Amino acid sequence: MSPIISVSGLSKVYASGFTALKTINLDINRGEIFALLGPNGAGKTTLISIICGITNPSIGQILVDGHDIQRDYRATRSLIGLVPQELHTDAFETVWATVSFSRGLFGKPKNPAHIEKVLKDLSLWDKKDNKIVTLSGGMKRRVMIAKALSHEPQILFLDEPTAGVDVELRKAMWDVVRTLRASGVTIILTTHYIEEAEEMADRVGVINRGEIILVEEKTALMQKLGKKRLKLHLQGKVDALPSSLAAYNLDLAESGKELIYTYDTRSEHTGITSLLGDLRAAGIRFSDLDTTQSSLEEIFVSLVRA
Amino acid sequence: MNLGAVKAIYRFEMARTWRTLLQSIVSPVVSTSLYFVVFGAAIGSRITQVEGVSYGTFIVPGLVMLSVLTQSITNASFGIYFPKFIGTIYEILSAPVSYFEIVLGYVGAAATKSIILGLIILATAGLFVPLHIHHPVWMLTFLVLTSVTFSLFGFIIGIWADGFEKLQMIPMLIITPLTFLGGSFYSISMLPPNWQTVALFNPVVYLISGFRWSFYEIADVSLSVSMGMTVSFLVICMTVVWWIFRTGYRLKS
Repeated sequence: MSPIISVSGLSKVYASGFTALKTINLDINRGEIFALLGPNGAGKTTLISIICGITNPSIGQILVDGHDIQRDYRATRSLIGLVPQELHTDAFETVWATVSFSRGLFGKPKNPAHIEKVLKDLSLWDKKDNKIVTLSGGMKRRVMIAKALSHEPQILFLDEPTAGVDVELRKAMWDVVRTLRASGVTIILTTHYIEEAEEMADRVGVINRGEIILVEEKTALMQKLGKKRLKLHLQGKVDALPSSLAAYNLDLAESGKELIYTYDTRSEHTGITSLLGDLRAAGIRFSDLDTTQSSLEEIFVSLVRA
Repeated sequence: MNLGAVKAIYRFEMARTWRTLLQSIVSPVVSTSLYFVVFGAAIGSRITQVEGVSYGTFIVPGLVMLSVLTQSITNASFGIYFPKFIGTIYEILSAPVSYFEIVLGYVGAAATKSIILGLIILATAGLFVPLHIHHPVWMLTFLVLTSVTFSLFGFIIGIWADGFEKLQMIPMLIITPLTFLGGSFYSISMLPPNWQTVALFNPVVYLISGFRWSFYEIADVSLSVSMGMTVSFLVICMTVVWWIFRTGYRLKS
């Protein structure tokens, strides 16, 4: 199946001379949740803004569902819903009016039933007649999502949607995102909460200094780059490791009370069985053990620092 | 054509008008009434007639123009500046809307408001002086053309302005003086000859002259010149707006 968004050779140099995007090539698959990770100023928002039509590209081509975003902007923009990072809302409009306005702006006929559903899904229904100025920050964020969903988009951009949102609301938002995805909507999100990308995304892209440095299936990425650590809680204190264990990638921690073994999940033999045998032979006993896999965050940090 | 979007923007802007009714409609009406009391009744009673019309009656078209010009600019500039200021412009820019439709929505609403306002001021004037409009169709033509032209001008200012000072600077420092000096309160022929020549460089003179002609058939310049100047200014504004959208000036980086 052809990608729903195809970015090729895109770059952006601002009038100030700042290069926000170098040469971006990126395909977004139909119906996936794509997480775009990157530090502040990496170019995430610029990329989204160009695809949505808010910023002009310097060079390059972007196709959305096969349509060029500049030549065929009506077709491409009709498909896209955008929730920007900043809370840009009118103050004196009611929730209902502002969400209906968005639908009108996208040229869709009135559909109160759809707007009602969107507001109910986002727990905004009882606030529909309130002026936006009276709402809390988290509710304003939900209003922005409701506006983006008002015209039934096929693609939803969420630019840092959960920044400054409490845990409960964040969970509610992800429920909405999952429901949307189940209905076939493609979702592209940027986030600083890497655990969110880890939990939600099908694929992960990492952008740094205007370059896409990696695009990978999330599970493959974690497997590929994921190191696992086996932590052994020792019965007694060990000051130095016996030479028989020198071949293993071992570290002593907690002033000799813990032994940490780092291994690669990709290799055929993890070496755990022989390590445990050698430990027994060396007379080192342990009371407990656990294993942890490196998180996307660790992978991300190591990539961006590289 | 995304008529739904034009309607949405137009309605949104008109809703703002009704929400700020007091400020939008009532205050210009009050200030116009004050002009009538001061210039029409108090001072005007000592001036017998200007070109065969009582002074109070003479100033009506100028007063309507004064309000229509300033209000068109204020409404249209604020209408587009505010979304830029609070950031909600993102939605307009990312919607499947053409530039023409955006302008139609914003400028259409600002012009509508000015026309309504102009008619309300006329009705208010009717309470103070007897009104007779010789050429109602021409009067409406001038009213509509001026409202549209200066709403476009206001739209340009709203795009150009990057602060509230700039937003208020043009109406306050340029339009109000030009209108006062453009013959709202006097006929150009009342000026010394040198100043009459200077006055002809003031575009507002042509607007007021044509508008006044439609009321009383008295004018400082001929009707065709008035109409020509008004249309020229309209074309200039449309060209600038076209350029703004073509280049993304102050809208898209």
